[in-house]
Amino acid sequence: MLATSPQFKQNAKKALADAGLQKALAFSKLQFMARRSAAVANLPEFERLREIGRDIKNHALANLDFYLEQFAANVERAGGHVHWCADADEARAAVLDICRNAGARTVTKGKSMISEELGINAHLQKNGITPVETDLGEYIIQLRDETPSHIIAPAFHLNREDWEAQFRLSHTDLPADRVFAERRDILTEARSRLRSKFLAADVGITGANFLIAETGSSVIVTNEGNGDLTQTLPRVHIALASIEKCVPTLEDATSLLRLLARSATGQDFSVYTTFSTGGRRPGDLDGPEEYHVVLVDNGRSAMLGTEFQEMLRCIRCAACMNHCPVYGAVGGHAYGWVYPGPMGSVLTPALIGVDQAGQLPNASTFCGKCESVCPVKIPLPKMMRHWREREFERHLQPAAIRRNLALWAWFARRPGLYRLATRLGAGALGLFGRGSGRFKRMPFAGGWTGGRDLPAPEGETFFARYERRQRNAARGRA
Amino acid sequence: MSRETVLAAIRRGLRRGELPADQRAMLQARLAKPPRHLIPARSQLPRPDQVTLFVRNVEKEFGTVARVPDLQAVPDAVAEYLAAQNLPGDFAMSPHPELQSIPWAKRPMLQIREGRASETDLVSVQHAFAAVAETGTMMFPSAAERPTTINLLPDTAIAVLRASRVVGPYEDAWDLLRAELGEMPRNVMLVTGPSRSADIEQTLELGAHGPRRLHVVLIEDDPAARAVI
Repeated sequence: MLATSPQFKQNAKKALADAGLQKALAFSKLQFMARRSAAVANLPEFERLREIGRDIKNHALANLDFYLEQFAANVERAGGHVHWCADADEARAAVLDICRNAGARTVTKGKSMISEELGINAHLQKNGITPVETDLGEYIIQLRDETPSHIIAPAFHLNREDWEAQFRLSHTDLPADRVFAERRDILTEARSRLRSKFLAADVGITGANFLIAETGSSVIVTNEGNGDLTQTLPRVHIALASIEKCVPTLEDATSLLRLLARSATGQDFSVYTTFSTGGRRPGDLDGPEEYHVVLVDNGRSAMLGTEFQEMLRCIRCAACMNHCPVYGAVGGHAYGWVYPGPMGSVLTPALIGVDQAGQLPNASTFCGKCESVCPVKIPLPKMMRHWREREFERHLQPAAIRRNLALWAWFARRPGLYRLATRLGAGALGLFGRGSGRFKRMPFAGGWTGGRDLPAPEGETFFARYERRQRNAARGRA
Repeated sequence: MSRETVLAAIRRGLRRGELPADQRAMLQARLAKPPRHLIPARSQLPRPDQVTLFVRNVEKEFGTVARVPDLQAVPDAVAEYLAAQNLPGDFAMSPHPELQSIPWAKRPMLQIREGRASETDLVSVQHAFAAVAETGTMMFPSAAERPTTINLLPDTAIAVLRASRVVGPYEDAWDLLRAELGEMPRNVMLVTGPSRSADIEQTLELGAHGPRRLHVVLIEDDPAARAVI
């Protein structure tokens, strides 16, 4: 997938002016937050489970080579195949190979972000195989020739009108004047369209929320049941998974599952949590005859041992983007690659380079909400700061930013002058901003005040206030 | 070969070679005897309350439950449920011995086809291996006598579950599976309520690609659990 992350600023500007997108964002973002907080309130142990989730993933990552070898051995023992792929090219080739060997013409797909990352659909199409997305959100995204704007709700950016319009456009064999009285009618139409696709497909491709070393299982979590139909009906099942999905045991996966749905959709548990282990067994009346796991590194191992290792704990729940004021303002497409929101701002520079994605870790107010809701306690703001440092070290920022930072640093190294300058600045701004307490417009800061007001200082610097309080406290004690 | 490339890259990142034998042995032991982590208190209840919690959670997730005294009562419960939903009396049923032992003939309107489900089946009857009270979740391990399509293709899915198979947390269900099946089946589905989607404006609609209705026929075979009804 071609990244438009270098144009984040232009993307964001466009997103802010997109009335349809703003309507969808305003409608959707509060729902996720309210549901998560209700689910968390309903489980008193949630905070302790977050620590356990963090520790399980840390343990798995520290011994990742061992657990992957165990996983692969157990997949093979159950009659399945593991394809180790160092990068996206190898993974695409492995998927195409399996499809060709199966003589596949159509392939159904469950929702998978790694599939987006690898560009599986385009690759299959180029080679004469038709991929069919079956998750409801992914289905309309494919019809619209778009990319997902959210990692668990691909059509987060669409309104009901968009669904109706697209279905009328794409399903031309149905009466043009049919009525979509309720959302349910849209769902029913998609269900009946996709039924025949499920039954006709030669290969089913799913992602994996977890891989389990103990049993050699891949796990998917869905609400619709499309992932299960995808991996049950065709003759061949391919599970696509990146290496960091591997956890040791069923118990480890279970503890993480207690966190996943609550953090993601605010459900206690998703409707279908399914463990797949090998192909059809003797006597089985259904299920795939072949089971393949395409195990992908594609940049993950290079994050181990760096300040970004903790990012590999991510279980892709999307709580960070659901609670992010920046995501909530611009939506997912502005981020310009596969993974949006705070987790994307940390992961994307690691996978496609900070020269491409350097603007993403800068698109944060550092409010810290993402870290506070992360089910595996990933310090996202800290890691965004690390990317900013790397970006600075490599002279990747625009000259104006570097010049201003240099100016600030010059003052900061001269405390007397710094305090004088800030005192004058705070005093003047405090004077001008008296009354409203905010600036709607500022010379040289139109970029800032165009999208929001600048709060006016109260006329005193932090240092001055701190010193005054210390003096008062000392007087109080004396 | 990519397997070696990937493993070497991981070890390079972790700044070590292959794990020494003693550490491997330690990790092997952890895999052989998986440690349990914190288990939420909500399902740590006396038996009757555990079954009640299961029922409450199924209903919270938009499923329905009928409690019957024994297997003999299942045909009536199924026939009544189907009639109430205006559904025909024919269904696909898993060829599970326990389901086969049910005296279906006492309700002649019920037409049973044993085997896997096909796209034309409107209703299915499945055998639940176990259930988890913690979230109202049923466990369906695939087997010759428990096809996976029965869980998925029909619009209305009915599951027959013994109350004695309702456990508190998921971990207890895994222990049952390990003890009774020995190895991991090809497919283990944990099912919590009927299929749904919130992809249209993040608003929940039931009946996506899986069953629109999920009905549990709960057999009160557990004297300890029956105490409350």
